[in-house]
Order: sequence, then C-alpha cells, then structure tokens
Amino acid sequence: MTAMTVELQPGFADKVLSAQSTFRMVMEAMARPGHVMPVDDGGGRPPSMMAGVAAIALTLLDQDTPLWLDAAFARAPDVGTWLKFHTGAPVVTRPDLAGFALVAASETLPDLTSFALGTPEYPDRSTTLILQVPSLSTGPTFHLRGPGIDGVTSLAATIEPRDLFARLSINEALFPRGIDVILADDQSLVAIPRTTRLSPAGA
Amino acid sequence: MSGDTALQEKRRDAMKVLSHVPAAEIETRMAALPVPPHQDLRAPESGLVMVRGRIGGDGAPFNLGEATVSRAAVRLQGGQVGFGYVLGRDGGKARLIALCDALLQSSDHAQAIEKEVVAPLRARMQQERDRSAAEAAATRVDFYTMVRGEG
Repeated sequence: MTAMTVELQPGFADKVLSAQSTFRMVMEAMARPGHVMPVDDGGGRPPSMMAGVAAIALTLLDQDTPLWLDAAFARAPDVGTWLKFHTGAPVVTRPDLAGFALVAASETLPDLTSFALGTPEYPDRSTTLILQVPSLSTGPTFHLRGPGIDGVTSLAATIEPRDLFARLSINEALFPRGIDVILADDQSLVAIPRTTRLSPAGA
Repeated sequence: MSGDTALQEKRRDAMKVLSHVPAAEIETRMAALPVPPHQDLRAPESGLVMVRGRIGGDGAPFNLGEATVSRAAVRLQGGQVGFGYVLGRDGGKARLIALCDALLQSSDHAQAIEKEVVAPLRARMQQERDRSAAEAAATRVDFYTMVRGEG
C-alpha cells in the first residue's frame, strides 16, 4: 500500500462563514491601517504557516491569483500541496507576476521593487505582500500616519525585517503604484496599505 | 509502480460502482463495518463542471453544458486521503464515497470494504443492468435482408 508522503491538512472548518469573516477582517484592516484585527483560527493549516497567513490564504487565493512563495515556504513540503489543494492558486516563480506573495522568513524577502507594482492605469495590479511576523502585540512601537488613521496611530509589533518601513518608503515616490502589505501572526493581522507612512516618533 | 497502478485500478473500479448506487445502500453497508477515526479534509460542497461532448468520432469537442457535482475529501488517521465526486447535490454521498476511497487505500480495511461494500453493490448493479437489458432485448425486432446472390 502506498502511504501519502505529505500529511495534508484540512482548511477552514466552516468554509463559507470563516472566509466571509476573514474577508471582512482584511477589508476592515485595510481601511484602518495599523489597527490589529483578530483572525479566527478556524481549522487546519500546515505546521510552518501561522494561523493569520493561513486564514488570509484560504480567503483571498483562488485559481485566478498567481501566487509567489518565498524560499522558506517553497521549501516546506506541505505548504505547496496544501495551498494547491485548498485554493488552486497557481504558484509562480517570478515575483513580478504574482498577485499575492506569501513570505515566511524575512531574510528571504527580496527587494520590494522585484514585485509587481501595478501600472499608472491599473495600480491595483500590484502584488499584495502577506508577511508572517513573530508578534503583533509586543515589540518596538511604530507610529503610523496616513489615510484611514486619525492623526497618528501606534503599533507595537515585532516585525521582521526590521527595516520593513524603510523599504516601504518606495511607495512614496511610486504612488499611485506601490506595494500593499498585510502582516500576520498567529492570532491577528495588520494591514499596511501603500498610503501609510511611518511618522517620526512622538509626532 | 505496478502496485500503484493495481491500487488505482481497484479504486477506479470501486468508484464506478459507488457513484452509481444510492447513498442509503452504501451507508447501511458501511454501518456494519468498523470505521477508523478520520477527518474531513474538504467538507462536502457542490459546484458546476463543464461537460464537453463530441459529435461523431472525429468531431471537434464542444461545451455541452454545465452539470452539478458534489465533492468531498476525507483523510484517515493513517494519512490516506480519499476523494469522492458525484453527479448531483448529494454531499453526504460524496463524503461517503470519499471515505470508502480512503479505506480502500488502507491495508487494514481494503479487504473488508471490497468484500462487504463494493462487491455486493457491484453484483446488484450488474443485476439491475442485466434486467433492464433483458427488458429491452424482449422488445427487439430483427430485420432480415435477403442476401443478394452473386452474379
């Protein structure tokens, strides 16, 4: 008898309701940058993937969203199969062709300009980066400002790579093109859309 | 690799039977067997598939229309994954078939499933088909044509 080489994990326990509530959370997070939103850990996922990333993947990915995986996710034998089984998203090797990019380890995050940045006519055709980070509840404080934020909001988070916001400063010159980022840990997610800027501390 | 193809052949044969018999019959036969712990990998869901057709042996394929299918996937504790696809909206049946498919891949249960579930249902299905074939055969009319003589 043949044994399955990879233990395939289930997805959302209740596909429709979980996807709807996660979609709502992502939309809410995009509308309120820097605001920490809870995600429900409603089911199975590969061991190397955090619940937030898994929930976003199950909600947003389908066969029409080319997906780029960083080296850490691409190496994990169960991640590719799991994503293929539950979402059907085609995995691409060129980051500039991807609609979404899942990044597990910050050291394998390539230069942000290598992703799709959209075009002036279609700025929405850019890659949305889904970044798995250690913690969105503890860590250094970041002060953020921009549309969707009343004044300045602070976000205490342990974000890898540490210079993420410096890297995201390319968005300033690129606007309306640019990269949207969703940070996710095991319980929550935070969106950093392309309009959000790091505010000087205390300002 | 021949072991793999033999297993695949067995699963395919079982699916040919199970997808055609009523869900209730599979269920009653399954109820008599011990079923190991398992979990839904993909809960039963319904969707549409495009059915393609051809007219004539060399006709180009065309889209005939969409058909409703239900599918499910089940994983046993041992890691075997079974898939079930059935025409129609009976998600429960898809799940039942997926479970049978998974059990067929497990060495502990394959024998029992084959003997207690698939084989009797296959016999019944064959019987049913023979009966309807016999009914149709009873109304058959043979037309004879005179053979034209040579020369």
